[in-house]
Amino acid sequence: MTGLGAVTPLGDDAPSTWAGLLAGKSGVRALDESWADDLPVRIAAPVTTDLAALIPFSQMRRMDRSEQLALIAARQAWQDAGAPQVESHRLGVSVATTGLGGLGVALDAHDILRTRGWRRLSPFTVPMFMPNGAAAWIGIELGARAGIHTAASACASSAEAIGYGMHMIRSGRADVVVAGGAEAALFPLNIAMFAVMRALSCRNDDPERASRPFDKARDGFVLGEGAGAVVLESAEHAVRRGANVLAVAAGVGYASDAHDVAQAAPDGAGCAMAIQQALADANIAPEHIVHINAHATSTLVGDSAEAKAISRAIGDAVSGIIVSATKSMTGHLVGGAGAIESVAAICALRDSVAPPTINLDDPDDEVVAAGINIAAEPRELRSQLRSAVALSNSSGFGGHNVTLAFMAA
Amino acid sequence: MVMTEDEIFSCFAEILEQVGGVAVGTVTYEADITDDLEISSLSLVEIIVAAEDKFAVEIPDEALKELRTVGDFVSYAQRVLCSAAT
Repeated sequence: MTGLGAVTPLGDDAPSTWAGLLAGKSGVRALDESWADDLPVRIAAPVTTDLAALIPFSQMRRMDRSEQLALIAARQAWQDAGAPQVESHRLGVSVATTGLGGLGVALDAHDILRTRGWRRLSPFTVPMFMPNGAAAWIGIELGARAGIHTAASACASSAEAIGYGMHMIRSGRADVVVAGGAEAALFPLNIAMFAVMRALSCRNDDPERASRPFDKARDGFVLGEGAGAVVLESAEHAVRRGANVLAVAAGVGYASDAHDVAQAAPDGAGCAMAIQQALADANIAPEHIVHINAHATSTLVGDSAEAKAISRAIGDAVSGIIVSATKSMTGHLVGGAGAIESVAAICALRDSVAPPTINLDDPDDEVVAAGINIAAEPRELRSQLRSAVALSNSSGFGGHNVTLAFMAA
Repeated sequence: MVMTEDEIFSCFAEILEQVGGVAVGTVTYEADITDDLEISSLSLVEIIVAAEDKFAVEIPDEALKELRTVGDFVSYAQRVLCSAAT
């Protein structure tokens, strides 16, 4: 991993996002917009970056907001990696958005169709709402010809996209892959769709305290928007050009719950399997893990299930691992979550410090029983450990579980 | 009052810049919209819709086939606007 990029509710780029995480800053705020007045949930974690300063107007108007965020994050990661010289047929893209952002485009287009007729639709309507749009724009800008790919596994999408990017390099299809994901879906219908599931926190009177993974008083997640991107490179390519290696993408594990279309399996079996698969893929023992960036969205079932999963998968070694739930600060960035949390996990390894989990006032009994060690404040990692590993867990509606394993460089 | 040819040209150049991302300095009467200004087919649709809104004219797809250069478009818009005025 030779480059990182991020645009999040905490910052305009990876360094400011990471600084915000370490500072325990919350990106959640009240939704003052009038369109939120009649919604049961009036809090969210928006990006505050001025996108118009980064993308020309003529290009912005053809891109959904999630695509804009993805492109900016990818550009950052590319520059962070030193804009590697690579032949176009050896460069790939694997970037995910869930398509929720495109829903807003479809709604606007429907209004235009009804009120002004079909000829007044933007001819870019389809590219704006198609879930592969973000990957496509990034691939076009970078000239990536080895393949442009998009994963679709709900909140595990960008983690799966990174995993697929790793496979592209391991299989010899590409030397360099830009991977990650984005989401930007803060509009009434999307919030209402999650609210009717009772999946969102209704702590409207205290926004910054609403996202509280692992805490007894958690009542659902907070929707956020943002993008994360990484540059993956084959070891040979990175060494040959003298790249600054931030971490090694050591392994990826996938598993599925086959339990419920929206709720995690309460026993965390799927998540545990994904963790074990990642460790096996990386050929490492649990004792090498120093940090886990948990999926932990602040839901009743999901957080407990993941705590059990971590304990089950790792066993006694869990006592040496610092777990962080960064969604406590960023909110749930859905299609962008896995990528941003991978960026955070890599920064944690690089700086040997785990970010805090804010709002953890009273840990859930099941979480305590699982015996996992959650950082309520920034905590130093066992960086002196050779081959120290950080994991990033992601799970998604539909029972998807992905774990990425990063090794210190 | 009907717009002059220069006024139509200026407005169209602005649309090309804002919608098509074309630098204003590169827009000339002789410039081929597709070949010289590198406007894609989708982008052209956007530009024509924006022009229709700006000039309050309709440009059917059949008429578009004859409009290759910026000058072609300016002439067409001026003809339609003059017809509407009379």
